[in-house]
Amino acid sequence: MSGRGRHGLLATALGALALLCAAASTMVGYAPLDVAAAAGDLLSGRDTLGALVLLELRVPRALLGLLVGFSLGIAGAAMQGLLRNPLAEPGIVGVSGAAALGAVLVFYFGAAGAFSLALPLGGIAGAAAAAGALLALARGNTGTTALILAGVAVNSLAGALTSLALNLSPSPYAALEIVFWLMGSLADRSLAHVGLVIAPMAAGWLLLLRAAPALDALTLGEDVAASLGFDLRRLRAGLIAGTALAVGSAVSVSGAVGFVGLVVPHLLRPLVGQKPGQLLLVSGLGGAVLTLVADTGLRLLPVRPELKLGVVTAILGAPFLLHLLLRTRNPNP
Amino acid sequence: MNIEARGITVEKGGSAILSGLDLSVRPGELLGLVGPNGAGKSTLLRVLAGIEPPTAGAVLYDGARSVGGPALARRLAYLPQGGEVNWSVTVEDAVALGRLPHRGLDTARDAAAIAAAMAATGVAALKDRRIDTLSGGERMRTLLARALAVEAEILLADEPIAALDPASQLDAMALLRRLARAGTGVVAVLHDLSLAVRWCDRLVLMATGSVVAEGAPSAVLDARNLAEIFGIEALRTEWEGQPVVVPWRRAERTGRTGPG
Repeated sequence: MSGRGRHGLLATALGALALLCAAASTMVGYAPLDVAAAAGDLLSGRDTLGALVLLELRVPRALLGLLVGFSLGIAGAAMQGLLRNPLAEPGIVGVSGAAALGAVLVFYFGAAGAFSLALPLGGIAGAAAAAGALLALARGNTGTTALILAGVAVNSLAGALTSLALNLSPSPYAALEIVFWLMGSLADRSLAHVGLVIAPMAAGWLLLLRAAPALDALTLGEDVAASLGFDLRRLRAGLIAGTALAVGSAVSVSGAVGFVGLVVPHLLRPLVGQKPGQLLLVSGLGGAVLTLVADTGLRLLPVRPELKLGVVTAILGAPFLLHLLLRTRNPNP
Repeated sequence: MNIEARGITVEKGGSAILSGLDLSVRPGELLGLVGPNGAGKSTLLRVLAGIEPPTAGAVLYDGARSVGGPALARRLAYLPQGGEVNWSVTVEDAVALGRLPHRGLDTARDAAAIAAAMAATGVAALKDRRIDTLSGGERMRTLLARALAVEAEILLADEPIAALDPASQLDAMALLRRLARAGTGVVAVLHDLSLAVRWCDRLVLMATGSVVAEGAPSAVLDARNLAEIFGIEALRTEWEGQPVVVPWRRAERTGRTGPG
């Protein structure tokens, strides 16, 4: 079918663009670096400073840009498909708020410096707790609306507890550290961060991609999807688990990077004929592109200290979305 | 496929929507479900489709309970009322969703089924149109084509002609009867009594969660049932050898106070 062929072409193009952006991301940094020479050193096993910068700073940052962006994009598309609402974003089931709270608690109890992965592990624990609560709800015969309300409740609670941690924070410096972390960033992450999140993220992506036909069926509503043989309870549980794995891991390593999961599916939806199943993969790739462009761009700006990634994605994404809405506003009903 | 519903009770919020209802659906028959608003017709259809589990009773498909899933979905198509469409997909993509239970195992057959379904409901010329640019009737015919594309043995359609103009209503009823003649078991919830009595092989009249009459259309829609169940008087006659029922005025002296 031509639709399928076009989808394959779009996915290939976006995938190539994402890899290109990741490569470009490794070229940009604060220390001058001959990337080609450093890569040569790295491949031939020479322990030069260049090789070290590339391996310990540039490559992890580019890889995390890919992974985090893909996770946010694909989960945003999945949530919009499940809720059949273009306003849904990956955090709507509460996992991102809970992941942020988990990391903030690590800060609060002063454990962030204990070992390098303390923060992301705290985030993952938070996301897992939220996902566990929602999955327990989903196992009962809970409708989609009730699940979302539960997600909103989890998000509000996590937000309140995060504020409480700020409120009670032992020093203004600690509070500032928490606030900065919450803004989202990929700076100063290592390969250990990549190693920590890559497996849970991939598992999450698989769970989300597997739901593609069911999300297509949901185009015509839950009753039609059920009559087409899809088990909605299993679908909701799979999507919550997948989102928790992908987005919980993403927030754990990057903080809250807003807007990618909302704006990317929206931008790409017309290019896949509005089909929610086909939107998943391209949204992930588009999310990776947007995140990498934002993260590379903020390092090119002459602003120090560097802008936070979450700030830049929102500054890039929001006007883009507004422009799109104004341009595509349909004069006919 | 035969569907036997036995002792179906559905309770919601303490009140019974269906109470101990029996119904059989047979292949090769166009069965009309009629009755006033709130009689439980849509709920019954959802139970028959396996979407809503009954509080009590059982639905047997060829004598066996179903566990749902694609095996049942290939044999039974369901068209809900209301025509929910969430994304602005094309007509062809919407109709193609009917092939999902077949899991893309035979793409040539999928394409043929989609084309045939669009041709049958007259939406083939609209196949590249976005569904939110269609009129209400065109959208309804697209969704009917989606249900036909399943190529199921049973079609359960909830008010399939509600949004259609008179010519399209006649086309749709003729199509449903053609399907039945070709062996499909068709159940349609209908509010238009003149079309129900003219086109259906059998009518089931429901009121307050139970079947109150069942059989030949003109016998089910007799003056007494029309007065007692629908609260109307109707013109009942024959035209070209077919029964005609035209709702005429609200009946005097019935127990019914109005449609609420």
